[in-house]
This record gives sequence, C-alpha cells and structure tokens, in this order.
Amino acid sequence: MEAFTTHTGRAVPLRRSNVDTDQIIPAHWLKKVTRDGFEDGLFEAWRKDPEFVLNRPERAGASVLVAGPDFGTGSSREHAVWALQNYGFKTVLSSRFADIFRGNSLKNGLLTVVLPQETVDALWELTEADPSAEVTVDLVAREVRAGGITAGFELDENARWRLLEGLDDIGLTLRHEADIAAYEAVRPSFKPSTALI
Amino acid sequence: MGRTLAEKVWDDHVVTRAEGEPDLLFIDLHLLHEVTSPQAFDGLRKAGRKVRRLDLTIATEDHNTPTLDIDKPIADPVSRTQLETLRRNCAEFGVRLHPLGDVEQGVVHVVGPQLGLTQPGTTVVCGDSHTSTHGAFGALAFGIGTSQVEHVLATQTLPLAPFRTMAVTVEGELPEGVTAKDLILAVIARIGTGGGQGHVIEYRGPAVEKLSMEARMTVCNMSIEAGARAGMIAPDETTFAYLKDRPHAPKGEDWDAAVAYWRTLRTDDDAVFDREVVIDASELSPFVTWGTNPGQGAPLSADVPDPASYADPSERFAAEKALEYMGLTAGQALRDIRVDTVFVGSCTNGRIEDLRAAAGVIEGRKVADGVRMLVVPGSVRVALQAVDEGLDKVFTAAGAEWRHAGCSMCLGMNPDQLAPGERSASTSNRNFEGRQGKGGRTHLVSPQVAAATAVLGHLASPADLAGATDVRTPVEV
Repeated sequence: MEAFTTHTGRAVPLRRSNVDTDQIIPAHWLKKVTRDGFEDGLFEAWRKDPEFVLNRPERAGASVLVAGPDFGTGSSREHAVWALQNYGFKTVLSSRFADIFRGNSLKNGLLTVVLPQETVDALWELTEADPSAEVTVDLVAREVRAGGITAGFELDENARWRLLEGLDDIGLTLRHEADIAAYEAVRPSFKPSTALI
Repeated sequence: MGRTLAEKVWDDHVVTRAEGEPDLLFIDLHLLHEVTSPQAFDGLRKAGRKVRRLDLTIATEDHNTPTLDIDKPIADPVSRTQLETLRRNCAEFGVRLHPLGDVEQGVVHVVGPQLGLTQPGTTVVCGDSHTSTHGAFGALAFGIGTSQVEHVLATQTLPLAPFRTMAVTVEGELPEGVTAKDLILAVIARIGTGGGQGHVIEYRGPAVEKLSMEARMTVCNMSIEAGARAGMIAPDETTFAYLKDRPHAPKGEDWDAAVAYWRTLRTDDDAVFDREVVIDASELSPFVTWGTNPGQGAPLSADVPDPASYADPSERFAAEKALEYMGLTAGQALRDIRVDTVFVGSCTNGRIEDLRAAAGVIEGRKVADGVRMLVVPGSVRVALQAVDEGLDKVFTAAGAEWRHAGCSMCLGMNPDQLAPGERSASTSNRNFEGRQGKGGRTHLVSPQVAAATAVLGHLASPADLAGATDVRTPVEV
C-alpha cells in the first residue's frame, strides 16, 4: 500500500448525500479481474451529463473529493475505492461514510476524512466559488486546510500509523502466527467445516 | 456488567487483543464468489501465500450466472472470464467450489445456511455486503472488501475495530399479511440508511421470536441497508430445528455440545445497548419503497411523499432527485404506480418460503397483460424443492418465467436487467439508481406484494385481489 502523509490538490465538490457504491462504480464494471482500469466507470451514469461536476473543465486533475453525508453506502465492492483512485482521487472528505467503504478505503491508502457537515459546507462554498482553490489534507497533523478553513479530524491511531507507513495488513497479522495457531488448537470440534462429507 | 449477544460472539473469537490495536478476530467461515475474489487470489499468488484453512472456505458462482440456457457457454465474454477465473483459482488453491450446473450452486447467502455451514456463535465473512443474512442464526456475519478477502484467505483472521450495539425490539405481533420484508423496510425507513452505521443490530422481541428462520434471514439480510455492520437474532429452538440434520450441522456428541453452547448465546438481562429502537409490530402493514435508497419507503396505502415535507435540506434534495429519477409525482397514490416487471428472488427473498408465499398469491391467477414476471430461486436446492412442490407449474401457469438459480435481476450483472425507464416491483434489497439496469426504476416489495402486483399490474397487496375480478380456479390436488 502506498503511504499517505499529506496531500494538496484541487477539489471536486459533490453536493449529493447517500452516494451508494452502485453510483460510484456500476455492477457491470465488477466483471473485471484486475484492480486497475476502473477510472471510466467512476460515476458512470452521472458523467453522461456534461454539466456533472466531474465533467467541468475546471475540475480536471482535481484529487480531493468533497462529498455529502453517507458516502459509499451499499455493496462491499472494493472496486469503488479502486475507481476513485484510478481516476486520480487521493482523499475523500464527508461528514459520514458507510462502514465497509471506509474500511476498504483505508486498506488501499485512499484517505477518507470525517469532518463536521458545517466544514463540508464551507469547503463546498470555497471550492465552488474558486475551482482553483487548493485543499490540503495533512495526516501527520490530522488537519484539513483550505482558504481560511482549518479543521482537525480524528482517525484511530492504528489506522493512521498503517497509512503513514504504508503497511501491509497481512504482513502485520502474520507476526501473530503463533497466536493464530494457538487459537486454532483449542477450537471446539463442533465448529463447522466445509470439508466434503 | 452483562454482555450482548454480539459482544459474546466477538469475545469468543479474539486471537490477540492489545491496547491501541484492533482486535484480531478468528473467522469460522469464509464464503467466496466470482466478483470480489479474483484480485484477492491474485494478491496471494504474488506474495507466494496459500489459503490457510481450506476447510473453512467455500465458493459458489452466483452474481454473473445466467438464468436461462445454463447448459450453453455464457454469452458475455467478460462474465465468462470472471467465472473461469474463479474456477481456475479454486482449482489452483484447492478451494471447494459449486459452479453453475452443480446441485449445491446458488446465491452464496442461500447456500451457506442450507448446507448447515452457517451456525450460531460463528464468525462468517464474504466479499458481499449481504453477508449480514447469516446473522439470523446468531452468527456475527458481515461483508468485507477484496483486501480483507485476501487477508482471510491468508490468515483466517481479520483485524477489526470495535462496533457499537443497537437493539431493534419489535413488540407485539405482525398483523395477518405483514411479512418480515415489510418489517425490515419499515425499520430502515425509521432509522435511515445511515442509522445503523458503526453498529451491530440485534433484532429481538416477541414478533422477531415468532419469525421462521427464513423470515429472520430476510430481516438480517437488509441490516446493511440501514448502514449497520451486521444484524443478529439470538438462536433458539427455531434455529436448532432448522439446523438439525443439515449436511454440515454437528452430529452426535458434537450436536449436544454445540446446542449447549448455542443456548448461552443470548444477551444478558443486565447488558446495555448503545442505542435502542422499539417498533410496534401491530402498526405495520405492507411496505414498499418509492425512492432510490432503501430508506425511502412507505406503507403501500400511503401516497408518494412531498419533498417539501422534509425539514432536513439534504433529505429534501434527495427526495426531489429520487422522484425525478423514479418518474413519480408527490401526492400520487403508491397503489396507482404501474410496473413493467416483477422480480421474485435474491438473497433477501429467494428461499422456498418466499416462493411458496408468492405462489400462494398467484395460484389460479394470471400475470397482467404487459407485465413480465421473473421467478429466480435462490439456489438449485430451492429450485428442486419448489419443483417437488409444483410451485414452478403454478408460476408458469400464471404466465411467469421460471428461471435457474442466481443473483439475477437483483443487480443485473447477468442478462436479467430492466431497460431504461422500465419499472419493477422487486423482492430484492436495493433500489439504487440503475441497480437493475441503466435507467431502471425499482420498488422494493415482499414476495406477496410482488405476486399481487404482477396480477394487477400496479403496486398492490394480496388483500387488493379480493376486490378485483377473481379468476381463481379450484385447485386440483
């Protein structure tokens, strides 16, 4: 996983709530068997509208998505995270994320930042008025800065450390190999097994 | 202080616990399907890793599988590649797979329970958000992303941040004609699509205890639609009776030991939930959605709401957008909404009781002119049982299409899709924009409402059929 320390970029203000993963990446894209090449599927239905914010020329190259509440609801598809990353987004800001989407994002180095809705509103106003305004998301200082806005954010220490270091979860878990083996040794015999009978 | 059911199951699976770190949890059962696994197997291959516990892992094909002509090669080359990739991965790594054409094939969340693999007090994961279905057995079951699929394949564990607990207590009794689907749609409308965020919901109370196992699965299935991590119901005699003698249920002394343990899986009287919601079952009636998220629902007897009636500006905006997409007008009676398609199936309502319920309504009647009705059993086993009971004949005699098992039109990854502008009454779980096909419009309903809607051509409940011209013919036994 690529480490995330701090990122500065222009923003896409997405004034929609409940953006579900079917909107982020429609199901027919899920037939791919790789982690890349999803950029054209990102918000596919909405992008047919030339006025959709992502299609505006002044948003080209933007890397910070400022979204409405309940972003990433619905399916567990990690393809939603890959699509955002393939397109070029490094971070998503919202007042509330769906749990599975959030977990998936942090495992891929896409930093999802929870901010109060008032801060999201202020960022929308700032970046709508001035599309060239840059937003800095600083994981070291746990702070979002843009124009006159400065807002702290929370992220649990362990998730933050893994992101800052770009650590692989599986590698970390395998340090506990002996503990896993010890747990397996005392599992009750009545637990289910998929072995063919 | 006492513990909740969810906390007990969690505690029994902790492999390591350390200050400032997520708990490392052991996973008892890992279900795989073709959509969310290819990149995970690829990761294992690149790192030179194996599947740690093949005996706790099982795969089936469901999302891409066609429901017609299953003996012919799959027409869509991309779908075919994905299924072939799963077959290759399972063969290479040694994972048990039930492919298209196998008698145990079906929707992953129907297959696990019917094999008896889903058991109380277990941890169950799958790269699919509707893994919450398995919580009906008192399992802690939740959907995971592909990175986590790879993690479980490699280690049989997951590092997990703690959750909060929520009780949804359903007092009283469900009125005649009101189903588990109506109940869960009403719960989601009440708490919202983000209402369960960060929580594991335990459904409890007299109305829940009375539900069959399959109805409990319908309720837990849609926990994710309320934003919850998982949904659970404490195991009881109904659970034990369902599991007894299933292929992978414990046998002999193991059965006795298992039941003794399962009986301990109840929330302690002095346990405290972080949040509690109480629903009065007697106030519920058939429930349908009108919008583009599962929280946008109302009783069938209601009208399409006026967006202006929402105090919250973002909800108002969402309602306006939804009505525009759905082609509906505020104030229009929900019963007046005409549909083109009726879909009965999915991990929410694709089990035998669901098919019986829909067949019971449509038996001796006809699907309305201009309406197509698809009946897609959740698994091959469900299909065989339905054929054994003659349900397939009931559906085809009514003019419905009887299809092969799979996810089908729930998400339209296979050819079963809505055309742009088409409208469905669907027993599935999501009414998102484009979910059932680009530009398609979805109303979520129970199997009974689906069947009545098919007959009348507009959203309706079985009670509405009594007033309509009754073409019911005597049933030959």
